[in-house]
Amino acid sequence: MKLLFKLAAKNLIGTGMRTWLNVIVLSFSFLIIIWHKGLLDGWDRQAKNETIRWETGGGQYWQSSYDPYDLFSLTEAHAKIPSAFDTLLFKGDIASVLITQGTIYPRGRIQSILIKGINSNQKLLRLPSSLFIQNSDEIPALIGRNTATDNGIKEGDLITLRWRDVHGTFDAGNIKVTGIFDTDVPTVDMGQVWVPLDRLQKMMDMPGEATIIVWNKEQKANVIADGWNFRSNEVLLKSITDLIKMKSIGGIVLYITLLSLAMLAIFDTQVLSIFRRQKEIGTYIALGMTRRQVVGLFTIEGSLNSVMAGLLAALYGIPLLALQAIHGMSMPGGTKGFGLAVADRIYPFYSLGLVVTTILLIMLITTIVSYLPSRRIAKMKPTEALRGKLQ
Amino acid sequence: MENSTLISIEALKKHFLTPGGRFTALNGIDLTIGKAEFTGVVGPSGSGKTTLLNIIGSLDSPSEGEVVVLGQSIADLNPKQAALLRRSHLGFIFQSYNLLPVYTVFENVEFPLLLLQLDDSKRRKMVMDSLEWLGLTDKAKSKPAQLSGGECQRVAIARAMVKKPEIVLADEPTANLDAANSHHILKTMVQLNKELKTTFIFATHDDKVIGYLRRKISLVDGKVLNDEITNN
Repeated sequence: MKLLFKLAAKNLIGTGMRTWLNVIVLSFSFLIIIWHKGLLDGWDRQAKNETIRWETGGGQYWQSSYDPYDLFSLTEAHAKIPSAFDTLLFKGDIASVLITQGTIYPRGRIQSILIKGINSNQKLLRLPSSLFIQNSDEIPALIGRNTATDNGIKEGDLITLRWRDVHGTFDAGNIKVTGIFDTDVPTVDMGQVWVPLDRLQKMMDMPGEATIIVWNKEQKANVIADGWNFRSNEVLLKSITDLIKMKSIGGIVLYITLLSLAMLAIFDTQVLSIFRRQKEIGTYIALGMTRRQVVGLFTIEGSLNSVMAGLLAALYGIPLLALQAIHGMSMPGGTKGFGLAVADRIYPFYSLGLVVTTILLIMLITTIVSYLPSRRIAKMKPTEALRGKLQ
Repeated sequence: MENSTLISIEALKKHFLTPGGRFTALNGIDLTIGKAEFTGVVGPSGSGKTTLLNIIGSLDSPSEGEVVVLGQSIADLNPKQAALLRRSHLGFIFQSYNLLPVYTVFENVEFPLLLLQLDDSKRRKMVMDSLEWLGLTDKAKSKPAQLSGGECQRVAIARAMVKKPEIVLADEPTANLDAANSHHILKTMVQLNKELKTTFIFATHDDKVIGYLRRKISLVDGKVLNDEITNN
C-alpha cells in the first residue's frame, strides 16, 4: 500500500497542469464548504448565546396556560410566583416576567405591543432593568433600538400606553422611555415595551404574579411548582436550531453543486487517464503488478487529488478563514426581520469536527469517484493494453 | 540447445475471436527452451510471434495445449500467480520501450525491485549495477523524454535485467532503432546472456537481431516451420 501511495503521488505530480487544475477546483470546494458551514455554525452559536443572554437564561418556567404563539392565552397566562423562587428572585439570580397585551400611541399612531414586566433587580438577563428609574407618576419603560427607530421614539419621550387589567377593564397612562437598549435578539425588541414588574402587577391588578420565570443556567432547574412547567433551552431555542438547519439544507445544494463540479473534473481526468495510459497500465501488469494493484494505484491517484486539495486549501484557506473568524462578516441590512438573533457581524466558527468531517467526506467521495472508472482496468487485457489498443 | 529446460510447450494453440470469425494465431506449437539460451522466434507479421511471447510471459493464456514456464503451467495460473511469476522471474523488453514517462531513468529501472519489496540500499546497488552494465549511469536522473531511442531501449533492458530474471522476453526490441543502436543493444544483451546466464527470447523479423541469435525458431501462420541452432 505504501508503494502504491508513493507511485500514485509521483504519477499525480508528474501529470502536471491537469492535476493542479483539479486540485485548485477541489480546494475551492473544500474552502467554500468549510466557510459556509462555519458561517452557519457561527451564526447559530451567536444567535443562541445572545438569546440565552437576553431572553431564555438557563431555561424558563412557564405558567401552564402560557402559549407564546397564542396572544389570547395571555389573559389566562399568569399566576402567583411560587414561594420556592422567592430567595433566588430576591437575590436577582432569576428573573420573573409578566406579559400582557397593550397599545402605545407614538406620535399619534396606534401600535399594538406586548407589555413585559420584569423585576428591576434581576442580574440574569442583559436587559438593562437598572434603568427603570421611578421618580414620577409616569411608568418607566425600556424599549429596544429597533422598536424605537420604527416608531420614532427617543429616550425621555412620554408615550400613552393603554392596557386591559385582570378584570377586563381598559386603563391608560403615560410611559416614560428611560432607556433604549441595543440587542441582536428581536424577540425582546420588536413590538415590546419593558416596564418594572411591580408596576405592571399593580397596573394589571395581579400582585405577586408572573407569566414566566427565567431560570439561571448556573443552577439546576429542580424546582417543582404546581401550575408551572419548565422549558429547557433545547425547547426554547428550537426555532433557531430549525432555521439554521433549514439554511444548512439550502447550503447542501451549494455543496453538492461545488462537489459535483470537482468530482466531474476528477472523474473526467480518471477516465482520460485510463484511456491515455493504457500502455502504462499494460507495462505495470507486465512488470508484475496485479490488476488489483493497478486499480488501487489509479484509485489512490484520484484520491490524492483531495489530499493535495486539502493541503492547498489549508495553505491559502487557513489565513483567510482565520481573518474572517477574527473580524467577522457584516450582515446585510434587513436581516433583523429574520425573526431570530442576527448580529451586525457574524463571526464564523470553525470547529475541528466541521473541518475533519468535511475533509473526510470529500476524501470519501473522491475515492469513490476515482475508483469507479478505475474498475475498468480490471477488465483490460494486458496484451491489448501493452499495444495501447482501446478497450 | 543449452542444459535444463525452463520452458516447455506442447500442442499449443491460440484462437482469437475476431469480427470475421475465429482466428488461429498459434496452431500446434511444440517447443522446449533451456537455461541461458539466446533464442529468437522469427517470422513475418501475423505469424504469431508476439502471441507466443505473451503466453510464455503469462500475459495471455493458451486456448489449447500446455505451456509450462519455470515449472508452472500458464493455463493454471490465476491472475495473481501470473503477476508473481512475471514479477519474480520474467523480464520484458518492448518495441516501443514502454518506459514510465514521469519517472527518471533510475526510477524506471528501480520499479521491478520496488514490486519485489527489496530494501533501499540493496535496491540502489542493483539499479546502479544495472545502469552501469548498460552505460547509463550518467543518465540516471534523466526522464525518458530527454533520451534518444537507443538510450530508451537501453533503459528498458536495464529495467528487464535489474532483478536478474531467469527469462527475458524481447518483442521486436530493435524495431524503432537505427543500425548502430541496434547492434549496440544486441551486443549488450549477448554479453548479459553470457555473464548472467539469462535466457533471452526474441520475437523479431529484423535481420540484425537474427544475426546474433544462437537458436532461430521460424514461425509461419502459427506453426513452427524450422527450429535451428546457428553458429553464433
